[in-house]
Parts: sequence; C-alpha cells; structure tokens
Amino acid sequence: MLLALQKELELRREELATTTVETIYFGGGTPSVLSSEEINQLLAVVSENYTVSETPEITLEANPDDLHEAKIMELAKSSVNRLSIGIQSFFDAHLTLMNRAHDSEEAKQCLEIATQYFDNITVDLIYGIPNMTMEEWQTNLQTVFDFGISHISSYALTVEPKTALEKFIRQGKYQNVSEEASLAHFNVLVQEAEKQGFVHYEISNFGKPNYFSKHNSSYWKGAHYIGIGPSAHSFDGKTRSWNVSNNTKYIKSMEQNELPSTTETLSKDDQYNEYVMTGLRTIWGISLQYIQKEFGDNYLHHTQKSAQKHLQEETLQTEKDSIKTTQKGKFLCDGIAADFFKV
Amino acid sequence: MKHIRNFCIIAHIDHGKSTLADRLLDFTNTVTEREKQDQLLDSMDLERERGITIKSHAIQMEYTYEGQEYILNLIDTPGHVDFSYEVSRSIAACEGALLIVDAAQSIQAQTISNLYLALENDLEIIPVLNKVDLPSANPEEVTDDIVDLLGCDPEEVIHASGKTGFGVDNILAAVIERIPAPKGSPDEPLQALIFDSVYNPFRGVETYFRVINGAIKKGQEIKFVATGKKYYADEVGTLKLNQVVKKEIKTGDVGYLITGIKDAREVKVGDTITDAKNPTKNAIEGFEDVKPMVFAGIYPVDTEDYEELRNSMEKLQLNDASLVFTPESSAALGFGFRCGFLGMLHMEIIQERLEREFNMTVITTVPNVSYHAFTKKNPDEIIIVNNPSDLPDPSGLDRVEEPYIKATIITKADFVGNVMSLCIEKRGQITNQTYLTTERVELSFDMPLAEIVFDFYDRLKTVSKGYASFDYSPIGMRASKLVRVDILLNAQPVDALSALIHFDNAYNIGKKMCEKLKELIPRQQFDIPIQAAIGAKIISRETIKALRKDVTAKCYGGDISRKRKLLEKQKKGKKRMRQVGNVEIPQQAFMAVLKLND
Repeated sequence: MLLALQKELELRREELATTTVETIYFGGGTPSVLSSEEINQLLAVVSENYTVSETPEITLEANPDDLHEAKIMELAKSSVNRLSIGIQSFFDAHLTLMNRAHDSEEAKQCLEIATQYFDNITVDLIYGIPNMTMEEWQTNLQTVFDFGISHISSYALTVEPKTALEKFIRQGKYQNVSEEASLAHFNVLVQEAEKQGFVHYEISNFGKPNYFSKHNSSYWKGAHYIGIGPSAHSFDGKTRSWNVSNNTKYIKSMEQNELPSTTETLSKDDQYNEYVMTGLRTIWGISLQYIQKEFGDNYLHHTQKSAQKHLQEETLQTEKDSIKTTQKGKFLCDGIAADFFKV
Repeated sequence: MKHIRNFCIIAHIDHGKSTLADRLLDFTNTVTEREKQDQLLDSMDLERERGITIKSHAIQMEYTYEGQEYILNLIDTPGHVDFSYEVSRSIAACEGALLIVDAAQSIQAQTISNLYLALENDLEIIPVLNKVDLPSANPEEVTDDIVDLLGCDPEEVIHASGKTGFGVDNILAAVIERIPAPKGSPDEPLQALIFDSVYNPFRGVETYFRVINGAIKKGQEIKFVATGKKYYADEVGTLKLNQVVKKEIKTGDVGYLITGIKDAREVKVGDTITDAKNPTKNAIEGFEDVKPMVFAGIYPVDTEDYEELRNSMEKLQLNDASLVFTPESSAALGFGFRCGFLGMLHMEIIQERLEREFNMTVITTVPNVSYHAFTKKNPDEIIIVNNPSDLPDPSGLDRVEEPYIKATIITKADFVGNVMSLCIEKRGQITNQTYLTTERVELSFDMPLAEIVFDFYDRLKTVSKGYASFDYSPIGMRASKLVRVDILLNAQPVDALSALIHFDNAYNIGKKMCEKLKELIPRQQFDIPIQAAIGAKIISRETIKALRKDVTAKCYGGDISRKRKLLEKQKKGKKRMRQVGNVEIPQQAFMAVLKLND
C-alpha cells in the first residue's frame, strides 16, 4: 500500500505543478498504523515531487486507543505538527453506544500525554447522543478546555441507515436522537467555546485564533487539492475525481501506473451550489463580489433574490458584501443553502 | 346497406374488451402485422398505461362470410362512469352490442347499466364469455348469470378468449347473422348522429358520425342541428386503421367528416348532422349538453405561469369539449381557473394531460360538486355554488341543496354488510336490495354525489376486497345541512383547502384533515398551527413542530459533492410546492381531503 501511495504521488505531480502545498492531512481510516519512519518517507516523496510551503500544516488523524505514550513520542519526532484525536466523549456509556474501541480513561490519558508533545491538537466531540444529559455534555466540554486544547470539531450524532445503532433504536433499545437536545447542546457548545476564546468559524469547527484548521478551511474556500489513496477525493476547481475504494483494486491499478479514478465535471451551477453550500457554513459566509466576479451578474441577482426571505426571517445577515448565517440560521444551514441552489 | 353491421362492445374495465377488439381486427386483416400493437384502439398513452378507454373510437372491418362481403363498424366506447353520456351516444349509433363478460368475474354494475342502455335502444345483444382459457374461469356459473340477465338461451353465449383468439370466428358469424342491418332510407334528407370527435392540430376537428337517413357527400353544405352552424364537408371517409377518403358515406354507414372546425366545442356529441338546404325535420333524440359534475380549482404552482396555463387549458379544450373553465382567484393561490369535469377520473386525466402534454406544474384544489344555495332574503333565487368560498354567509343562508345520485352496487353476498355500512357512513339511504343470484346482490342507494367524490371508490374496493362494482345516475337536488369547513394554516385561512361538508361529519372530517395536513406539510422554521374551523369556531387543531435542526455535521472533501446532490434533490421537491403566506404547501396536500382514510 505504501508503495502504491508513493506511486500515486509521483504520477500526479503535474496536477499541482503551479501550486504550493500548504497543508497535508493523513486521515480517513487509521493512518496511525504508520510508523514515524513511514510517515517521513511519504512526506519525503511529497517534497521531491511538489512545491511545499516552508511551514506546512501536517495533520494526522488518530483514535485514543492508538495513541499510547510511545506512539505519541514517535509521532512527535516526525514532521507531523498537528493531531486530530477522535475523543467523542469522556463517558463510557456514550462510547459503547457509538461502538468506539476506546474508553473514557484512555481518552483522558491520551490527551494528558499528547498535550505534552503537541501544541496544535484538535479533538472530535459528539453531542445529541441518546440519553446524554446537559451536565454530561458540559463535563465533556470542560474536560477539553481544561486540557488546554485549542481546536474542537463537534458533530451532532446522526443515525445512519443500516447501522447497528439504527437497528437498536428501531428495536427500542436506545432512545432516538432528539432535535431539541441536539440544539440545546449545540447552543451550549457555542456559548462555552466562545467564553474560552474559541471562534466558531464553521458549523462544526471551533478554533482559537491562529489554530483554525488550514486544511479544512481550504475545502470550504474552493481550494484545489489532491487526495491520495483508495476512496480519496480530489478537486481542481472544475472537476472532482475520486479513487476506487477497494484496496486491492487500488494497489493493482497503481502497479500498472494507472489512476483508478472516476471524474465528474462540475457545471457552473454545480460550482455555484457548492460555493454557497460550503460558504454559508463558515464565519466568512458568501461574498457577493466573488459571486459576481466568478459567476456573473445573473448569479449575483439570483443570490440576492434567494437571500431575501432568509434575511427577513433573520436566519441570514449581511456584512459588507457578504451574506452569513445568523446564530439562529446555523442549525438550519442545509435548507437555507438548498433555497439558493440552481437546479 | 344490407351488408353493413354496426356494433359496439359493452364490458367492465379489465374484462378484456380492448384485447378482444384487437383480435377482431387481426382476424379480419384490418391491421397488417407491422401495424399491430396492444390495445390498438386506445390511441392515447394514458389509455394504454391505465388499460382504460377514455375516448370513443370507431373502426371499419371488411369480412367475407359465406361468400358475401360485409362491412362491420365497431364503435369502441369508454368504460368509465364519468363518460356515460358518450357511451349512450355510441350505443345509439349501433344496431347490436357484444356483451363481454369475464368468465371468472361475472357481470358488474357498470356492465349492467350500459346493457340497460343498449336494451333501451333495441340493440341486439350478443353475449360473449371472455377469458375462458383462464384457470379461474367459471363458465357454467357465469353463463347462468348471463342467461338470467338477458333471458337468452345458454347456447347463445359465445365462449372466447381475447388472449388466444379462440371463438373470434363465432363472434363474427354472430355479428353478421344476429345483428340486423341498418334500416334507414337513402331517399330522406340527411340525418347523421355525431358520436365522437377528435382534435387534429393540422386538420381541425374530425367528427365521427353514423348516417341514419340519406347520405353525406364531399362538398355538401351541411348543418349541425343543435348548434345551428353550417359548414361544407371538405372531406368525408371511413375509418380503417387510417382514414380512407370517400366521395360519399351512405345510409347506415359510419364515417368521419372534416369541415375545418378548429374548436371542439362546436362539435357536440349527440348532435344531428343534416343537409343545409334540405334539412331533416327531426333531430335525433337523446341529445344533451353535457354538464360537469365535479369542480375544482386549477392553479399554476408558479404564479407567473398563469397566462401559460390559460393557453394550455384553451388548447386542451379544443380537443376535450367536456372540460369547462372560468377564471377565478383565490386569496391563497392567486389567479387560476375553476374547472368543471365529468367526474374524478376526468379530473385526473386533465391534470395529467396538462403536466404531460403542456409541461405545466399545477395545483388542483379540493374538488366539490355544484351546490344550490338560497338566501333568507331571496329564498327562491338559486345561487350556484361551484366553489366553497362562494357559499353565502351562514347568517343570511336559508338553505343549501346538493345533487343526489342513485348508486347501484353489485357485490358478493358476503360483503353486503360492509358495503351497507360504508354507504350509510356516506349518507346513503338504501332503496333496494335484490339477490341477482344466491351469491350476488344488487344494492341501490340514494346518496349525495359529493360523497362519491370523497374517497368512495377506494373505500368500496377495500371493504369488498375488490368484489364490488359501482354505477350511478343523477336524481336531482335535495336540501342538506351543509357547512363550510375552513382550514387555517398559521392562523391564516387557506381558501383552497375549504370544503362543504355535512354538519354531522364536519367535526370528524375537520379533525382528519388537520391530521392529514400535519403529515403532508414539511416542517418549517417555525411552529405551524393547523386549524379546522366552521365560521369563527375552531373545531380541531394540530401543530407542525418547527424544524430545529437541518444541517449535516461533516462537510469535507468527498462529502461536498454527496451533500450537493442531496440538497439539489431537496430543492427540486420544493419546486413543486406552493407558498401560501409563509408556509410551503406541497401539491398533494390540496388533495389530502380526498384521502382521509389512507
């Protein structure tokens, strides 16, 4: 697999020939299985083939059960300078319900050590879990604050069809997720995080100044990126492509120097839709000036017309030439974005 | 004339009429192998899809029998109660009828009422037992039913199968031997019966007729008796699979006529065609101006499409003269049209044709019948109420009358109880109960027509497990204790959701309407109270809880395009909704009142 990843990096060097690589992200699945040598080896291939910024943000995603002390120390020696840790909760009942491999003790221990070696850490927290009380949620938040963590990604639990959780809820084993509880948790999260000096810069992301995820922000700003490995997505501003998800197929294809990817070309409408959809999720909102420049007057008028109703309902607000969601609108972002869609 | 036979087919839906007609056309070589397709006579896509006949059709076959060539004119008729007038005119154009009965299902109410029509017109009836090849066929018992009904000999019942073609030769022989030749006189002034018309965008309206007396010639100046309008017969001909131009259509024969008429409303089914200079003294009996039975508002989803909707409706009316409409406006929906239909099926057909043929997205409001209202001030003056919002203020109202029908239902003895409860729930009063056989019962009820409009057919099918057939005929207006139930969304009355309902059922129906609307209207960013009210009095209330959370948590890399596609779908669904005040109402919510028991 490692060889295949290297091969793909080499094959696609031309795609970013005119761009400087600002961020590198090891994510999806369990990239923590990589040793620090292996990580450095991959990063070396990146440097050989691409122009990399002098201070790149290099993130590695990992779960607490993988991050024991030895592992963290090893990672600290690699070029990785940011850790994304899937804490989710500090309560065993929640972790069991979500079928996580770690327990609350491991979660705390891992943060204890990680904070000694890494300054830039983000943790994932889940709210709206069945039976989760407000006290429990506040405890989770406080624990993260107490560790001095500077970035939080936080998601409402969603029940996906055909999962064990969905089945249990159907059988009545667990209570279903409650919208009211989710919203209450979300509001507390926003409040408490702001008190601690976090900026709510995207629906699910909170960062202290200078600690925003550069990597994720690029997705929402329409930056170009390449994704290496099975199932990874790439985007060059107009077309999106994604690799085959099957590992064996991926490796075989790479052995034959072929990119196993599917491509879709985004129409102007598609590009506009994505810009609005991602933009409205962020603190920066959507820029009318940008829309006029990139898409033209028709789109500008369409945007202004579509915004009208939501401005009246105070789910959107304007600021200079931007349109942003209000606190009230944030939790309804999908429906609002859909109203702007050109279909 | 001696060698012409004019006949129609009487059958219940699904008893195999169209398939058997296909076999007759095959057998007489009227269609070539290349032209064959199923349900050949049903030319509209809608007819083929639903397996029903909406328009009447006519086709001429040539058949040599015992060395003599015969002309056989088959007039195919619609099989639905909405079109019973068209059926009656087609029957009047014939001397005989094939009575097709499914060997497994036996005779149904619809068949009986059309059969009576045929008998009244002195048609020679040839009973055909169809689908005898099916394993579930029960030929002996069904033959007994037919014999009971017609008083014929069991031997007269022809066994056939539309699927295999079995018995088709016997049917043709019976048509020639048993059905009398037409009786008219070639020397009398022209007298021809219009039994249908078809709109052709290039040639104008094609009128289908049957010559009773005299003949109709190309170039002849003719007159339509009922409308009094005169035309020149630009083209006449007979109806094979394609039209065959002729110089003349003689006494007793069936043909088509083109006069350059551009508006289907000028050609009235049942009207008499005669010579302009030497007119007949007698119009053919039985002509009626068809009156719509069911009314509903049709509105564009997007208010800007009003003019386009008007154009589409006008075009549709050119080929469906039974559609009537007048402009109206609704506080909730803006400008639209109040439309009159022959029945619920007709309404559905119009709505579907608007969407398919004219690419319109429309909202149809709650259908209603035509009421007569009388005020205390002027108790003898009829106020016609085709729209619930036209009902005068209750304080000044003297009385309301509603149209009643005589409903005939044939069902299995096992289901009599269920059918009766349903009819009583629907304000029916039983007037007659007859055992046709030990197993089959005919029930007659006097019922308000309005109750048929509201989910009656579906309920009847359910309570009888499908073993009930139904037919009705109007029996005039009767006084009723009716109230208008209004629906308020977010405290605003939505006039398009109002319905006139009998006082005794108003509370129950109001409650069910609120529940149904709660189910159908998507949650929005605020609580939406749904209330049912009679006048100022609220009789029921539900609340659609506000949508609190509508955002997916993660939106990175690959999530973006998945999510975009999801939201695009959501947006498309919204396009079919109508904004009333600040509430978005989906199309189907307007028809919800029809499906309260689903």
